[in-house]
Amino acid sequence: MNMSAPALKITDLKKTYATGTVALKGVSLEIPEGDFFALLGPNGAGKTTIIAITTGLVNKTGGTVSVFGHDIDKETELAKMQIGLVGQEVNFNPFEKTINIVVNQAGYYGIPRSVAIPRARKLLTDLGLGEKMDQNAMTLSGGMKRRLMIARALVNEPRFLILDEPTAGVDVELRRGMWEYLTGLSKSGLTILLTTHYLEEAEQLCKHVAIINKGEIVEQGTMEAVIAKHHDAEAGKEGYRGSRLEEVFLKLTSEK
Amino acid sequence: MDTYGKWISFYTMLRKDIVRMFRIWVQTFLPSVITSCLYFLIFGTVLGSRIGTMQGVDYMSFVVPGLVMLAIVTNAYSNTSFTFFQSKFFFRGIDEILVSPTPPWLLILGFISGGIVRGVLVGALVLLISVFFTGLQLSLYNVAVIFLFAALTALVFSLAGLVNGVYAKSIDGINLVPTFVLTPLVYLGGVFYSVHSLPAWAQGFTYVNPIFYLINGFRYGFLGIADIALWISFAVLGGMIAALVAINWYLIRTGMGLKQ
Repeated sequence: MNMSAPALKITDLKKTYATGTVALKGVSLEIPEGDFFALLGPNGAGKTTIIAITTGLVNKTGGTVSVFGHDIDKETELAKMQIGLVGQEVNFNPFEKTINIVVNQAGYYGIPRSVAIPRARKLLTDLGLGEKMDQNAMTLSGGMKRRLMIARALVNEPRFLILDEPTAGVDVELRRGMWEYLTGLSKSGLTILLTTHYLEEAEQLCKHVAIINKGEIVEQGTMEAVIAKHHDAEAGKEGYRGSRLEEVFLKLTSEK
Repeated sequence: MDTYGKWISFYTMLRKDIVRMFRIWVQTFLPSVITSCLYFLIFGTVLGSRIGTMQGVDYMSFVVPGLVMLAIVTNAYSNTSFTFFQSKFFFRGIDEILVSPTPPWLLILGFISGGIVRGVLVGALVLLISVFFTGLQLSLYNVAVIFLFAALTALVFSLAGLVNGVYAKSIDGINLVPTFVLTPLVYLGGVFYSVHSLPAWAQGFTYVNPIFYLINGFRYGFLGIADIALWISFAVLGGMIAALVAINWYLIRTGMGLKQ
């Protein structure tokens, strides 16, 4: 295990889909260990493609990706052992019991059931799903399904958690609870990569940010540095004003 | 992931599939049992009594190996093709395995093992039913050959089902092959007749049907009679396994239809 390597290092990453769509045009990105990192961009900018390539869900066209120093092509298993993923779409079998979804995921990481079952019970209880663990996943509400996906992503005790719009469609109270839970994980040393359209929350939670547009990183750095560099406090004062990050985001990604 | 971890991953995939197939046993086990009962009743009891013997054995005993093979082929194939397609298309549950350190070869092994288990289980059920219809007169000439052909045929059609599951883009893509390719090949592979009872031109077609060789070897295990030498049946089986393993390895390793 390479302790000094960044949690994620992406160099000149390119992806062209079979349809001809160019999703990534040479993205380079580095996320230090222990960071809470926001990857922001409009729909279709390439965020999910970066995540899918990093986690082995999509093949890349060019470039390199390493997770804690493990190249995803050469040391695939070691790289994947470090990662937990909460995908954008709900992707589990709704006819399975809630706890089985988490325990089976542990199995794919080589964790025996004797270890996985108590671990899954604790995670589901911590995430407020204790009373639902023996019910079919189809009985869960939208917010509960999201929390189940977080439990599933944490069952292999990853060092690097990737959250692709984890709070989409979740009500305000549940969202706040999830952020508090994730902040606690971040403080315990877990590296987190977050994509979200809730920019005010990203501004509060994340130490570093990268903004991607049309397959290219248009800005990256510490949250404060990026905002300080681009935020214009005087601009458009008379109209609607979002958070500082929202104004920077629009400035960097708008079509104008 | 060490060897023990890989075993856990394999066990997880297989256990999940076996739990699924027993949970929906009405869809997975019952149809073949009912269909086989009808075959035994119509082709064995009703028509069989008029046909008499085939290659020197009672017609009912002659059709049993072919009908067991039919159950193995269709169940092994449909189990793997459907579970893979479902996990790829309906819930995208395949992502759970793709993000994990489970290597591609283990993913293939996990998916085809469920098909092998279902194929062999349903084949055993059909064989049990045949005992009832043959009045406990079932012949078992060579149990080792019977078991080898049952297991290896289930393996072949599990592998073939996985190729179908990878390529299928809709549920129609899963149903087309069993309906328009597999079932005709099985029926024309000598389930109900000996190849020697066909005219010469039809025999030529039968010899290019790979399922003919599987039924031939399987029937030898039960009755000790064969239309063609046993080693040829084993060679065809071995060739099909090698070709299908290579195709599946290429498809899964490169992420064809999955990661592009």
